[in-house]
Amino acid sequence: MKTRSTQFRPKLGTRKIAGVIAYIVFLGAVAIGIVGLLILLIQVLIEGSGWLRPELIFNFPSRFPEQAGLKAALFGTLWLMGLTGLFCIPIGVGAAIYLEEYASQNKLTQFIEINIANLAGVPSIVYGLLGLALFVQWLSLGRSVLAGALTMSLLVLPIVILASREAIKAVPDIYRQAAYALGANKWEVVRGIVLPSAFPGILTGIILAMSRAVGETAPIIAISALVYLTFIPQNPLDRFTVLPIQIYNWISRPQADFQGLAAGGIVVLLVVMLSMNGVAVFLRNRYQRRSIE
Amino acid sequence: MSPGSAANRNPHSLMDTYEAARAEYRARFHRNKRAWEGHLVHWVFFACAIVSVLTTVGILVSLAVQSWGFFAEVPIWEFLGGDRWSPILRPRSYGVLPLVSGTMLVTLVGAAVAIPVGLAAAIYLSEYAPDKVRRVIKPVLEVLAGVPTVVYGYFALSFVTPQLQKVFPDMLVFNALSAGLVMGLMIIPMVSSLSEDAMLAVPRSLRQAAYALGATRFEVSTRIVVPAALSGIMAAFIIGLSRAIGETMLVTIAAGATPNLTVNPLESIQTMTAYIVQLSLGETPHGSLEFNTIFAVGLLLFFMTLLMNVLGHIVVRRWGLRYE
Repeated sequence: MKTRSTQFRPKLGTRKIAGVIAYIVFLGAVAIGIVGLLILLIQVLIEGSGWLRPELIFNFPSRFPEQAGLKAALFGTLWLMGLTGLFCIPIGVGAAIYLEEYASQNKLTQFIEINIANLAGVPSIVYGLLGLALFVQWLSLGRSVLAGALTMSLLVLPIVILASREAIKAVPDIYRQAAYALGANKWEVVRGIVLPSAFPGILTGIILAMSRAVGETAPIIAISALVYLTFIPQNPLDRFTVLPIQIYNWISRPQADFQGLAAGGIVVLLVVMLSMNGVAVFLRNRYQRRSIE
Repeated sequence: MSPGSAANRNPHSLMDTYEAARAEYRARFHRNKRAWEGHLVHWVFFACAIVSVLTTVGILVSLAVQSWGFFAEVPIWEFLGGDRWSPILRPRSYGVLPLVSGTMLVTLVGAAVAIPVGLAAAIYLSEYAPDKVRRVIKPVLEVLAGVPTVVYGYFALSFVTPQLQKVFPDMLVFNALSAGLVMGLMIIPMVSSLSEDAMLAVPRSLRQAAYALGATRFEVSTRIVVPAALSGIMAAFIIGLSRAIGETMLVTIAAGATPNLTVNPLESIQTMTAYIVQLSLGETPHGSLEFNTIFAVGLLLFFMTLLMNVLGHIVVRRWGLRYE
């Protein structure tokens, strides 16, 4: 022991240099992510800017890149978003309420929780196969926007549930106790106290889930295949296409013009998604600030 | 309200007794209605929670039923062990290994990027970054995680591949390397944010003890925080890999459509997911043996990702250290 302690040298110089090098490496790692994102955005903007014109929004797809547009895909995406919200919001929020407010700690509850965690990790294309077998074939909904929305609802359900649970968990217990003290029963507490207080957090989760649904491509390809549509879906059983599928269609064509068109479509898609995410982040910040006050 | 007070005022009024009974009946009915409503609502919420269980059952049943016809004609060992995948073109062969190797190749390239970069970024965010910097970087990484995969595919094909071709002139347009590199970029945010969560859970006292002994920030990060958070970090790696295995559009667009049993990332390959997309787009009639191959491949894919996700949970539960 004695010899070792006398041999101890702090070697502070080399250790500090190692620290500086490590700092640069760690910072560089963050920079890789940010620079990668910047290059991606700049590349898309450079390639796509020439194609950002009214025809891109207001025209149906076409064999001629000068005339091709996203009209059918935009309406398809709107249809898909509306129907997906209709299915997944009540079910997702309901499941979150059950798990946070009603469920007792038992094996069944644990099983449901593990199950939701696993569902969040299932590849999206597998949901596409589920939708193809269950909704398209067995329930004979065909390759319709309804089948697509049902599939997408199942896909984003874990996101809605997890976000809603976080929001409900954040409601202080004294609120509930005050309501119970006034004679409210559980449902009245949930309806009158918990849901209004958790609303901003739940809304944030819903917007993030919807934005995920807008960007998902693979499951919709399995459901709807690649269609050349020159009409807007009129009812839930019509065929449909969505933004990312139209973009994929253009990417997979060899002509350079279609590559540019794809970049233009990507700009539109990113604007839609980033504005949704921006609203979600805004809501979250506003909500957090208010809860601190 | 109460019958007693009414009776005191006018003990013989039949009308008052009637009013009192009615009030009590109403109160009881209202109570019952509230109780009844409470039960109904409870069951409705329970049904919502069960939808998630039904989804898992639905996935298993639909994949199993649809691939039943396939496995009736193609023995399972031929599917799992065969090294040639040609379900459409004659001579037909249903060995899934080329698709699995393609998936693995892209995943490994992606992991080689995302694991070191994601871990280093997590160390920076958790141990080095001032609060202000964190508040800027985290949303940027969230945006990176939210970019649709079809956009990453476009990026790999139209930007990364041409750049790489300057370095490797004989590289094909569709190749595993470019798809893998972009895949790495795509899962960096996931690996870093999950690892960072694990590091933030390491108690301050451990760090302070090390600092008190004279350790530098670098030593505290790599010898105290990372080992203490190792189970969470491993889980982050595993979940990141599972995400890469299931990723679809990026590899469909950039990695090619040639089932190819190779370890050379410069070649064109096909992943399991890309095969499912390719066949979904084609003219293959529903219900045919060729079409049902996608459900067999999907079933294998589902089990692979399920295995990895379960592994991730086990790592956290078994090796996760609990700090009081």
